[in-house]
Amino acid sequence: MKTETRTSSSFDVEKIRLDFPALHQEVHGKPLVYLDNAATSQKPRAVIDAITHFYERDCANVHRGVHTLSMRATESYEGAREKLKRFLNASSRKEIVFLRGTTEALNLVAQSWARPRLKPGDEIVLSRLEHHSNIVPWQILCEQTGAVLKVVPLNEHGEFELEAYRELLGERTRLVSVAHVSNALGSILPLEQIVADAHRVGAKVAVDGAQAVPHGPVDVQALDVDFYCISSHKMYGPTGIGCLYAKQELLEAMPPYQGGGDMIASVRFEGTTYNELPYKFEAGTPNIAGVIGFGAAVDYLASIDFAAAIEHENSLLEHATDLVGSLPGVRILGTAEHKVSVLSWVMQSAHPHDVGTILDQEGIAVRTGHHCAQPVMERFGVPATVRASFGIYNTHGELEALARGLEQVRKVFS
Amino acid sequence: MSDIRELYQEVILHHSKSPRNFGSLDDANRHAEGHNPLCGDQLTLGLIVEDGTVREVRFQGEGCAISTASASVMTDLVRGKSEQEVRALSDAFLELITGDAEPDLDALGKLAVFAGAREFPVRVKCATLAWRTLEAALQNDGQAVTTE
Ligand SMILES: Cc1ncc(COP(=O)(O)O)c(C=O)c1O
Repeated sequence: MKTETRTSSSFDVEKIRLDFPALHQEVHGKPLVYLDNAATSQKPRAVIDAITHFYERDCANVHRGVHTLSMRATESYEGAREKLKRFLNASSRKEIVFLRGTTEALNLVAQSWARPRLKPGDEIVLSRLEHHSNIVPWQILCEQTGAVLKVVPLNEHGEFELEAYRELLGERTRLVSVAHVSNALGSILPLEQIVADAHRVGAKVAVDGAQAVPHGPVDVQALDVDFYCISSHKMYGPTGIGCLYAKQELLEAMPPYQGGGDMIASVRFEGTTYNELPYKFEAGTPNIAGVIGFGAAVDYLASIDFAAAIEHENSLLEHATDLVGSLPGVRILGTAEHKVSVLSWVMQSAHPHDVGTILDQEGIAVRTGHHCAQPVMERFGVPATVRASFGIYNTHGELEALARGLEQVRKVFS
Repeated sequence: MSDIRELYQEVILHHSKSPRNFGSLDDANRHAEGHNPLCGDQLTLGLIVEDGTVREVRFQGEGCAISTASASVMTDLVRGKSEQEVRALSDAFLELITGDAEPDLDALGKLAVFAGAREFPVRVKCATLAWRTLEAALQNDGQAVTTE
C-alpha cells in the first residue's frame, strides 16, 4: 500500500495523532482533515494541560509576589524562557524576550533597534516573499526615518535570488530582514549566505522564523543571525505568544519598546532606571499562561522524534505535490528545491475561494487567499491561491481525501 | 454534495464562466471599485446614468464564482431601471443574503438563486460585493468600497 511505503518506519503518525484532541472530530459529517497548519497548528494535550494546570493550580502574577503561587508561576514562566533558549540555542536566557508573536517581535526590532539608528537614505533589504508583518513595520519605519526599502526578487520557482541580493547590498545597507521560510510558497531561504553577505557590508540581519521553527531545528548561534522572531502557535503552542531572540549586546544598546510595570528597576519622577535584560522589553503583566504553554510545546517537540517527523512531512509534501500536480488545469506555485511542507496552487476551473468552500464541505481545511503575502501573489500574477500546509500529524490517507475533494471541485465546475 | 449544489446553482456557474456585461465602459459617468480583502476579489463598476435611469452598466475584475456571477446577474437586472428601482432591488438582495426574514422569492426573481449563500457565512461578502459597489457608484462618492 502506498501509505506504508511512503511513511518512514520509525515514525508512528497514528500515535502522534492521539496527542491532538482537536483532530478527532467530524466537520460536515466527514472526518476533519486539517491542512491549514501554516496558519496555525493544532495543540497537543500536553500544551492544553500545561495551560489548564497553570489556571487551576498556579495562577498568580510573576516576578512580584513572595507568596507560593507567585513563586510557582514565576518558576514556570522563567522555566519556559530556559526552554526557548535551548530550543533556539541562544547563548543566554537574557536574549529571549517574550512578546505576542512574530509580528510584535518584528515591530520591536523596527522601533527599538532601527528607529533610533537609521538616517535618511539608509537602506533596509527585504525579499519579495515576505509576510505583510515583515513589510509594513519597515514601511512605517521608513516614513519615520527617511530610510528606504530594497526588495530582493524571486525566480520562477519562488526562490530568493541570491545574486540580485548581493547586488542590492551596499554601504548604505543597515539591515536585512527576511523570512527563513515563506508562508505562501514554502521556500527555504539560504540564510547562511544571506547572513554572511550582510555582515560583510556591516548590516544586521533580522529573521522572520515563524514558518521555520515548526519544520526543523534552528540554531541562532550557528546561523549568526542578529534577530530571530517566532510565534508559538505555528509550532503546536498557544496563540498570542512568541518570542524575539536578539544578541545580547544589541538588546543592551536598545531603548525599551514600551514603558510600564516589570520593565523598570526604579521609577522616580526625576527619572526611571530600566530593568535588566530581558525584562526591559517585557512591560506589563505578560501572557503567563501563553508562555507556559509555549514552553510545553517546546517540550512536546523534544519528546517526539522530530527528525523523523520532518522526514514524514517531507514525504507528505512529495506525495501531495504528485497528487495535486497531476490534476488537469492545476498550476503549483512555489517549486523551490529547498522547501517545507507547504503546497500552494491555483486551478483553471475554480477560484481558490470556491475550492476552499467545496473542500470544507468535505471536512478538509485549507487556506485560500493571498496569505498576507500580496507581493508574492503579484509576482506570480494571481490574486490568491489554495494552500495546503502539512504538520507532523497529517497522513497520506488525508492527502487522498484532498485529491478526492479536488475531484469534487472539478465536477462542480466542469 | 446537496449543500454545495445549493450554493453553486447552475445559473451561478453559468454566469461565472461567461459573465455578462464584462468589460470597460468608456463613457461611464458613475464609477466605483470594490474589494474583498479576504479572498482578493476586486471589482470595477462603470455606469451611464441619465435622467435618473441606468442606461448602461459594465464590470471588470477578478473574483470567485459567487462574486462574478453576482456581478453578472446584477448588471443584467439593473439596466434600464430607475435609480429608485435599483435601490429597492439592492435592498431586497441584501435582505435575502444577510437578513433573517423569509425572503420574498417572487420579488427577487432571478436573484433568488443566490439564496444558498445564506448558509455559507464566509461567502456572504462574495455575493454582496457587486451590490455594495453599485450602491457606492450611485452615490458616486468615488470611494473604494471594501467588504471588511
Ligand atoms: C512568515 C510569517 N511571518 C509572520 C507571521 C505573523 O505571525 P503572528 O501572526 O503570529 O505574529 C506569519 C503568520 O501568519 C507568517 O507566516
